[in-house]
Amino acid sequence: MRLPRFEYYAPETLEAALSLLEDRGEGAFVMAGGTDMMVKMSHGRLKPKTIISLKSIPGMDMISFDPANGMMIGATTRLADILTDLRIETHYPALIQAVQTMANVEVRNMATLAGNICNAAPSADSAPPLMVMNAEVSLASVRGERRLPLSDFFRGPGLTLMQAGEIMTSIHLPAPQVGRGASYMRISARCGVDIAAVGVGVEVRVQSGVFSEARIVLGAVAPVPLRASGSEASLIGKPLNDETLELVSDMAAHESKPISDVRASADYRKRMVAVLTRRAITQAYERSTARHS
Amino acid sequence: MKHNIKIVVNGDEYSLAVDPWRTLNEALREDLNLTGTKLGCGTGDCGACTVIVDGRAVSSCLTLAVSVDGKSVTTVEGLAPSGDELHPIQEAFIKTGAIQCGFCTSGMEIAALHLLSNNPSPTELEIRKGLSGHLCRCTGYNQIVEAISVAGEKMKKCCHEEERS
Repeated sequence: MRLPRFEYYAPETLEAALSLLEDRGEGAFVMAGGTDMMVKMSHGRLKPKTIISLKSIPGMDMISFDPANGMMIGATTRLADILTDLRIETHYPALIQAVQTMANVEVRNMATLAGNICNAAPSADSAPPLMVMNAEVSLASVRGERRLPLSDFFRGPGLTLMQAGEIMTSIHLPAPQVGRGASYMRISARCGVDIAAVGVGVEVRVQSGVFSEARIVLGAVAPVPLRASGSEASLIGKPLNDETLELVSDMAAHESKPISDVRASADYRKRMVAVLTRRAITQAYERSTARHS
Repeated sequence: MKHNIKIVVNGDEYSLAVDPWRTLNEALREDLNLTGTKLGCGTGDCGACTVIVDGRAVSSCLTLAVSVDGKSVTTVEGLAPSGDELHPIQEAFIKTGAIQCGFCTSGMEIAALHLLSNNPSPTELEIRKGLSGHLCRCTGYNQIVEAISVAGEKMKKCCHEEERS
């Protein structure tokens, strides 16, 4: 259980963290909550030469919100602080649905949203709701900053578009809009402290009683959180009824590419994609009509 | 290179020189000889290593000792600092039969302290959710849930009396 040897820095500015990361090069890893990295290290799957902790950078754990520009969640914001933030509960309930099922009290007191994203597990609970709500991530390096849509970010299990020398500094969600609603539904063998066997995020826009926009992202059923674009397209222009739900949820199951593993069989996962898609569309629809400015 | 850190554990200040790869669990158990905090799974799943750092229950096996420099830690030893009088949580665990082998107990009690500090009157579901990261392989969970409920009542009562006096 002993950890491998590494050098450790906890710089107090982002600039210092970036130049350390640039200077140390390969073998240097950035740590926020550390809950994934510590496990990987103790299992011998990660052997960093240098760890650069972001937790001493003041302000990086902030959550800020304004109704015009939306929400910004800092890279070291703990999951526990997201759960108790009333602004997130009010405006982005789908994110709360995801975070409350992640790990347990102790881990949520340490782990971060940015860490969950950067770890890039196909089953990451936060990815589907953030992607359907059009989240963007800010990446900084000594060469400057860039902002990417989260939907472009994942490249494979553990693989992302982040380049060497980059640090994720924050996650952004667009301002809440009247007529839109989002939901996240997941299933796992046990009720908590378990990795999702399937997770489905949905955001819809409803105008004149029909779906005018839709985003559907399926978790844990492909090498990356998967946009179900065919299902999204088939929802447009339709009202909420059993026929619509059956059509779209069957298509989502068809679009998923699950594997069989210790958590669930591929066949079961496909069936659950359909069930959860149906439920998530229904809840997103209800939230879109309940949301007032 | 060792890092010099200062931590307050159960009210006592310690200066330690730690390797960066030393976990808080190792520092507590091996450097400070506070072996009440256990090491179970080492991956944040079982809760046996739970301690409170600056008011938050965390897994000491997933925490680097160097990262708690300047912070305040409460371990199970801090529940009854005098060693004479037990904390209401400890008393309730004994009374309700919530202890068998004891390996999970220190983590359970620290989690209970964290839960009751934030929510003095938790429902049964809230207690179960608060303990979702804790495994017990002996007693089953019913007595533990009952113990925390009993402890919550007792703690409310003593605080109330203190307020009145």
